[in-house]
Amino acid sequence: MSARLRVRLFLGAAAVVAAALVWAITGLPRFGTAVHPYGSRAVAAAIRQHTANAVSSVNFDQRALDTLGEESILYAAVLGAIVLLRRLGGERRETPRPGKVLPTTRLLGATLAPVTILTGVYIIAHGALTPGGGFQGGVVLATGLHLAYVAVDYRVLERVRPLALLEAAEATAAGAFAALGLAGLAAGRAYLENVLPLGTFGQLSSSGLVAVLNAAVGVEVASGVTVLLAQFLEQAVELAEPEESQ
Amino acid sequence: MTFVKLLPFFAAGWVFLVGLYGLVTSRNLVHAVGCLAVAQSSTYLLLLGVGYRSGGTAPVFGDTTTHQPVVDPVVQALTLTDIVVGATVTALLLGLVIQTRKRHGTVDPDELTGLRG
Repeated sequence: MSARLRVRLFLGAAAVVAAALVWAITGLPRFGTAVHPYGSRAVAAAIRQHTANAVSSVNFDQRALDTLGEESILYAAVLGAIVLLRRLGGERRETPRPGKVLPTTRLLGATLAPVTILTGVYIIAHGALTPGGGFQGGVVLATGLHLAYVAVDYRVLERVRPLALLEAAEATAAGAFAALGLAGLAAGRAYLENVLPLGTFGQLSSSGLVAVLNAAVGVEVASGVTVLLAQFLEQAVELAEPEESQ
Repeated sequence: MTFVKLLPFFAAGWVFLVGLYGLVTSRNLVHAVGCLAVAQSSTYLLLLGVGYRSGGTAPVFGDTTTHQPVVDPVVQALTLTDIVVGATVTALLLGLVIQTRKRHGTVDPDELTGLRG
């Protein structure tokens, strides 16, 4: 199919989709509407459960089962990337040469790395109180580790990133989420039900299971993202193409 | 007036179609993965647009009273899930692109015509 024909075909189909979208959108409640039946109930439930961050309450308490599926998707994707990006026969492993880094970049990275890691831990720990949580904080943590690569060099990143340990941590944290749900069953309630003491509203120890699940997800995301990026970095930095294709 | 009240939803539809246009005309698989991410990000706009309440603040009661009107936390939770799934899909697709480049020596979808056993 020629490129021009393909674009024409797309424009025709896009016009139909656009018409359907306009038709559907005009039937939606107006933007900024005051009526949010699900939102109002979710906020009321979050306050009842002493969770100041209503989004975390939805994710880790009211619909914790969905988040179990979500973190399983993340786990499966990291596993899939490890399988996809394995070393092929014939590829050689090269020792990466350190590149030149500007002193200012090095200084900035060395200064920001501890700040970033502290911020990540803060965002995970306060997931039930302030905006953020395990997913967001986990990504910040992984970013903090990779400042070592940006600011110094690949070999330093390898030293601050114990891959075998992180792989084990990821699997353990993913399993811990599923296992923590059993607390509800042990208390004679539903799976993943928030049965821990709820504490005082707005305190770090409030929200019961939400804070614990946040921590598990934080560990999983931080180690999962690091393991995932390690696969891509290995492809880019360490592996050389097989001789015959060069 | 009605149009202004629906503008965020139209913007979501427009972002979706722009992403699809990029996918259709893409000459590079890495670019195509980026276009897919653009098309997917339209769902963030749509979800957050659906959940907006005029005058509402973030659904986080760390510093405010619990009587403060807030936007819908359910769609925000959905958006978070959406972003996580989008990131994992992007990672897997980029992994596939690397494998395609290794096995076929190209990342141009138009050159990937032959079936190989």
